[in-house]
Amino acid sequence: MSTATVEKETTGAPDGGSAASHKISVTFRLRRFNPEVSAEVTWQDFRIDIDPKERVLDALHQIKWEEDGTLTFRRSCAHGICGSDAMRINGRNRLACKTLIKDLNPAKPITVEPIKGLTVLKDLVVDMEPFFQAYRDVMPFLITSGNEPTRERRQSAADRERFDDTTKCILCAACTSSCPVFWNDGQYFGPAAIVNAHRFIFDSRDEGGEQRLEILNEKEGVWRCRTTFNCSEACPRGIEVTKAIQEVKRAIITRRF
Amino acid sequence: MSTETTPANSGTAGERPIGPDNPAPVIEPPRTRTGRSPRSTRTNFELHGWLFMRLSGILLVFLVLGHLLIQLVLDGGVSKVSFAFVAGRWASPFWQVWDLLMLWLAMLHGANGLRTIINDYAQRDNTRFWLKMLLYTATVFTILLGTLVIFTFDPNIR
Ligand code: HEM
Ligand code: SF4
Ligand code: FES
Repeated sequence: MSTATVEKETTGAPDGGSAASHKISVTFRLRRFNPEVSAEVTWQDFRIDIDPKERVLDALHQIKWEEDGTLTFRRSCAHGICGSDAMRINGRNRLACKTLIKDLNPAKPITVEPIKGLTVLKDLVVDMEPFFQAYRDVMPFLITSGNEPTRERRQSAADRERFDDTTKCILCAACTSSCPVFWNDGQYFGPAAIVNAHRFIFDSRDEGGEQRLEILNEKEGVWRCRTTFNCSEACPRGIEVTKAIQEVKRAIITRRF
Repeated sequence: MSTETTPANSGTAGERPIGPDNPAPVIEPPRTRTGRSPRSTRTNFELHGWLFMRLSGILLVFLVLGHLLIQLVLDGGVSKVSFAFVAGRWASPFWQVWDLLMLWLAMLHGANGLRTIINDYAQRDNTRFWLKMLLYTATVFTILLGTLVIFTFDPNIR
């Protein structure tokens, strides 16, 4: 509902309640795990009053600050750029700081879980180390030979455009932890590592493409991808993740034949 | 830093209560990647497997749909299939080659698909190894038996 027009038509709050309260009551069903208290993993419901135009992150803050200070989750920028707060909200991987409550059917309990496929340390916090290990393994840095130029390495607009999509990654792990292959086999590089390899493989200034393609051609590389498209759907940056993976597959094949 | 508080607990062995000094095990996913992980294989096996799935799939569309059409739909449906019907078709090298190709492609395609699924779901190295050995044995057996039958089929057998 577009609030701008509603405000002109009526003086009351658009949510039908009294003008004082634009808040609604929403249940948040959180996956709780605290190894220092119990080995059990449980669901805990919190019913809070909140403006539906707020984000899930605001709700988590409100719960942590006003209801239960032991609730543990990661966030830093709160504006969708640091990649800290990817979590499974109503069964889909999203950034809590980019998900509005009104977009989630607040009439029903909103479930929040840690992302899948990584070790759960506490509540919504997972061990990101295996994820970053896969990232490091594709050598996500510029590789060149010869003398360093005295000025910047220049590139045409078209060459820059070739890999523009994959430069947008914020390493939130929403894609990798939405991939069913990764859930079952943590050895798989996962979409995010391939996206970040793509960013350099298709960069005209980079000379390490061969090596990266060789790395991704191995047993746990791109051939593990089954084109499920979960990653593309999960990416909060709107990166066409599956397309990037397919482009790497094609690059490996055309290089071989 | 918390080790100093340990003696405060009743140090009896067995079920120590879960607490900051004795945390429960964290919940680990299967086969986590570690620093040692990229055991590079440096072969193109997975590349060829991937290509084979797609190429054999394209051929199987025609072979399998054609086969189903002939066996189950045309000319009176499945009731017409008899020893004589099979013998009649295998008298022609065309159908021999068709069935042979279908046998080999479907078996290798299906086996490679199952290999992928085993790689997905079998978590212990040993389980994975033996399931694959079972799969390969069954595949080789079926392919050899099928090939033998197609080439040595005797319509005059009694
Ligand atoms: C009708 C024509 C067929 C086509 C076009 C086709 C195509 C494909 C393709 C492209 C894949 C790879 C999927 C991926 O990598 O994500 C695949 C997987 C598979 N195929 Fe086929 N196929 C056909 C027939 C068959 C037959 C007859 C069998 C059984 C003998 C079979 C068994 C499998 C299995 C077990 C998999 C693995 C499934 C998975 O990866 O989850 N297919 N098929
Ligand atoms: S590709 Fe998208 S979903 Fe995956 S880590 Fe990068 S920003 Fe997150
Ligand atoms: S808190 Fe930084 S991306 Fe959400």
